[in-house]
This record gives sequence, C-alpha cells and structure tokens, in this order.
Amino acid sequence: MSAILEVAHVSKRFHMGGILSRRYVEAVTDASFAIEEGQPEVFTIVGESGSGKTTLARMMLGLEIPSAGEIRLSGRSMADRRGRAARIEFMRHAQPVFQNPFEAFNPLKRVDRYLEASARVLLGASGREAVDAAMDEALHKVGLSLAEVRGRYAHELSGGQLQRVAIARALIPNPEVLVADEPVSMVDASLRMSIVNLLRDLRDTLNVTVIYITHDLATAYYISDRIIIMQQGYIVEMGPAQAVLESPEHPYARLLKESVLPVDDPGAVRVQAPDRSLALAAAEHSGSGALVDRGGGRSVRMLAG
Amino acid sequence: MADVLTVAGLKAYYQTNYFGVKREVRAVDDISITVRADEVYGIAGESSSGKTTLIKTFAGAIHPPLRIVGGSMRYRFGGSEIDPYAVSAEELNRLRWKHVSYIMQGSMSVLNPVRRIHRSFADFAFSHMELSKPRFWQAVEEHLERLSLSPDVLRGYPHELSGGMRQRVTIALATVCRPGFIIADEPTTALDVVVQKDVLALLDDIRRSLGSSVVFVTHDMSVHANMADRIGIMYAGRIVEEGPTRALFTEPKHPYTAHLVASLPRIGDAARKPALSGRPPALSDPPGGCRFHPRCPLAIDKCRTEVPPLETVGADHRSACWRSAEVEPPSPAVARGAAQGAPA
Repeated sequence: MSAILEVAHVSKRFHMGGILSRRYVEAVTDASFAIEEGQPEVFTIVGESGSGKTTLARMMLGLEIPSAGEIRLSGRSMADRRGRAARIEFMRHAQPVFQNPFEAFNPLKRVDRYLEASARVLLGASGREAVDAAMDEALHKVGLSLAEVRGRYAHELSGGQLQRVAIARALIPNPEVLVADEPVSMVDASLRMSIVNLLRDLRDTLNVTVIYITHDLATAYYISDRIIIMQQGYIVEMGPAQAVLESPEHPYARLLKESVLPVDDPGAVRVQAPDRSLALAAAEHSGSGALVDRGGGRSVRMLAG
Repeated sequence: MADVLTVAGLKAYYQTNYFGVKREVRAVDDISITVRADEVYGIAGESSSGKTTLIKTFAGAIHPPLRIVGGSMRYRFGGSEIDPYAVSAEELNRLRWKHVSYIMQGSMSVLNPVRRIHRSFADFAFSHMELSKPRFWQAVEEHLERLSLSPDVLRGYPHELSGGMRQRVTIALATVCRPGFIIADEPTTALDVVVQKDVLALLDDIRRSLGSSVVFVTHDMSVHANMADRIGIMYAGRIVEEGPTRALFTEPKHPYTAHLVASLPRIGDAARKPALSGRPPALSDPPGGCRFHPRCPLAIDKCRTEVPPLETVGADHRSACWRSAEVEPPSPAVARGAAQGAPA
C-alpha cells in the first residue's frame, strides 16, 4: 500500500526583521505522518493559534515551501512541481476549503464563475454542456444545484450555502485530498452541523480524504478518524481520534480537553480558569523529546531516556 | 429578585426611504424580557437574528435608519428608574459606563491601535469616574490587579498583546466603573478553547465580585450552558423561547431550541447529529405566521398563518410554539450510553 500524501520530517521556519535584527520563528518542527491510499479518512489537526496547524496545511497545499523535509503527493515530491502545468496537475489531487467563505469569494464576482473556471482549468472540460454538467454534478454532491447558484453573488447566499459552494468548487476536479482550514467557525449554529455532516459524507460516499484543521475538539471527535495535536510547532500527540480525545496523555492534549466547555450539566457548573503549568512545562522540553509509540496507533511526545 | 432591566413589546426597525422606495427591516420585533439583579441572561441567536440590534437598543445606541417603533424599556438602578429613550443626551451619557457597559467582540477595533492602552482608559472611563487624575489611575491599577493583569499593559499598544490578553483588557475597561449592567457581545467567539475558558472565568469572577447583571450574547450553546442563569433564544427578530438554563437544555419547548441542543457535538458521542435544512430568513421579508415554520419538523397549517404567542410552559419558562407540548426532549444520557457501548 502506498501513501497518497506523505509528510516526512517537515519543518518551516519564518524569518522576521531585516539583516541586523533577524529573528526566526519555528512555525512547524519535524512533522511526519502519512495518509494511505484506499483508506479515505478525516484527518484532524488541532491546536491553538500559533501552534503551526495552518502553516502545516498551507505546506500540504503547496502554498508554503518547507524549510526542511519533504511532502510527497502520490509519490511525487512537492519540490518538483515547477511551472503551470505541474501546478495544475497538483491541484487536481489536493484542493483547499478556507475558513471564511465571504472572504474566499470576490463579492463583485458571481460565484458560478469560480466553479466554471475550476471546471475548465482543472477538469479540462470544454464546451458549455460539459462545463455545466461538471458544475451541476459537484453542486449535487453538496446538496445544491446549478439552478440555485447560477448568477448569484456571494452576498445572496447564506454562510452555510456559500461554504457548500466552496466545497463543491473544490470537488470539481475529483481530488483525493481536501484540506479544510476551520471550515465551520464562521458558519451559523443551525447550519454548522450540515457542513460537518457533509465532510463526513464526502469521506464515506466519495472516498475523499479530508484534512480538517480546527480548534474545536467536540466536532473533531465527531468526525475524525485520526488526529494530531500540535503545540508550538511540535506534534505532541497523534493517533486514533476517539481514543486520543477520550484519554489524552500529553499534558497539552489534556489541557485542551479540560478547556472544552462541558454541556452535560448545564447551568450548574462554574467556569474555572484552566491550569496551564503542566502544558507549558512540557512545551519547554518539546525540542529534546521525541514521539514515542504508546500502542494502538498512538504516539506521544516524551522526553528521551 | 429586583429587575434591573424591563423591556416590554420592544420593536426596533431599520427604515430606509431611498428615491421613494421604502424598506423596513424588522430586526427586533415585539420583544419582552426582564433581566434580574445579579444574573447572567444569555441571548442565543445566529447572525441576522436581530441579537446585535437588540443589544444596541439596550445600550441606548440607536441611530437612523434604526428606529424604535414601539414598546418600552426601563432600567432600575438603586431605586431610580431610567428610560434611556426619554432622557436627555447628557443623562444617557451618565448612564453609559457608570451603570451600563458594553464588552464588544472585536477587541482590536475597540482599542485605538495607534495609542497606548492607558489612553483608551482615559478616553472611555475618566469622565465617568468623577475622580481626580491620580485617584483615577490608582483605581484603574487596583482594578487591573483584581483581574490579575499587570499594570504594565497600560503602557503597551494593542498590537503588542495577544488576542486573549486584549479581550481581558477590554473586559477590564468595561468593568472599571463598576457598572451594574454589563452587555457582552460574543466576547469569546474569536478565541481559542484554552483562552476562551480563561476569559469566561475572568468575566464570571468580576461579575460576581461586582454583583452586576450580565446580558451575554453568543451563538455557542456550550458557552451558555456554563455561563447563563437564564437563556433567551432569538430567531428572526423574536424571542422564541426563554427559560432557566437547565430547563432549556433538558426540556426545550421549541423545535429550534431542541435542534440547537441536539446538534451540540460532545466528546464521547460520535452518533450522527441532525442538521436543519433551509436557512435563517431575511428580516426584510420574513415568512408569515411562526417565522421558524419553513424549517420546522413539526410545522402544521396553523404555524403558517398565525403567530404563536410567548406562553408560559413551565416554571419561569416561556415558549412561542403552537406545538410546544409535542417537542421531544433531547436525551444526552441515552446518546452517551450508546456511544460508550459502541466498539471503539
């Protein structure tokens, strides 16, 4: 079995400032994992802002170049992708869905033009009928139809509908991997579950692997097969989502779980400020630790020795 | 318990008249609620449900095209009654900050980005505190210490602080005059889980020590479950259900509330959650009858034509639904048991 997407010892370092006051920010340090072919899954990356989860996602989409390590999609290294043809070929396999659909779409452009451009460029459809058929098919996968969307501008659709259109656009070239960065945080409460359920259905019916980036542990538990938890650029725990979230082992993973607001005893609990000390202490030693296999597919970052 | 804010039949519409074309958006349509002393009243609603317009009317911040079309509103602080729409601009200004303060969502846009934070404190709070300069700064520093914030933050610029820190500073700013009534508009929506819990704990501490009432607006039901004493659920400009937090979560009497509670994801429960079809209605052209009927699983013909009144359905519990008796309670215990029984 070969991997569709393989992330091997990837690091990303940003530099800030000029020649004299140069500072480095280690956004991602030594991340490694693989997504196997023929096993569509929802693969979740959680962590707080600044944990490097978005940088990791952008590297998987080829929007950032890793400072070290290699990302391979279907066996081909991302670094070999130069030029428009190679870039388009890559985009047929991995597609993004962004956080805020109202920012992702130009408000002055009709949304079906995005779908049309994707159908022509990425799918290679030509002729009115073929393009329309491709658009309609993708929209049906997300529970919409071309008749509802044609000629509409972004402001004429609700947040939930627009996020569906964004997912439909990403599905046009029939990608194997969808990278969704916080796809529901800007969507209304009554529409949120429909998007989350849709991501689940994409995995089950269309065999699309969804890389789901979020800081919401409850939805992560709800849809994920595997999860990685990131703290300050390091993967601190990875494994089967339900096992990891039910009994996290790394102090930071525990802190995240304790910070989820309980809903089982409404109106009776008092919110207490979370205790960060253990997680912060663990973060200081992330660099000298290593991911240790804990059985059951789970690994946890621990101090060596 | 004494009521701090009494709102009766409040209607606030956005009315525009361009080139002879009249438009009316009924953002707040016939809302009656009371907020009691020393309680947290949660308002849950989605975008375009009118919740921001409602808190604007609470804060006395009504500017055309928004107009109050009907109803009344009354604050009661220490025996004196104030109707924010009957008093002069000066008296309204005294009411603000001293008695009623407002914690806003975007902490970056509240604090002036090109001035140090102490300037924001001076701009907002100094004139309301009626203290001399040295006494004022002493009061501010004592207040920051109570919130476990270092007085050093006053010398910084907003961009030098993290998002959670900025939100804590805006909470400090909104509570420095020790107001009796605090309006919090989605104060934690943009924050991470860990920081969110920090900020909520801080807000809870400060309101307990001041004994203030808080109107807490957010669409996140899990925040309400942990903060609110009572919750009002807004849908398309109306309150559709109101009741004590526990009753609302365990025995909701409106299908919309029942959906919000049932669709809450929980760790330990991966059973498929229901999703609502359709979308929230546009307030410029809301559906007739009950505004939820196009999306409601229980809708009958009566719902399409007649507006259900907000009626008492239990202790301190009101619901606006013709079929409130038939709303099925969610059963988290059953769902949890099922998830634990399922193979991992």
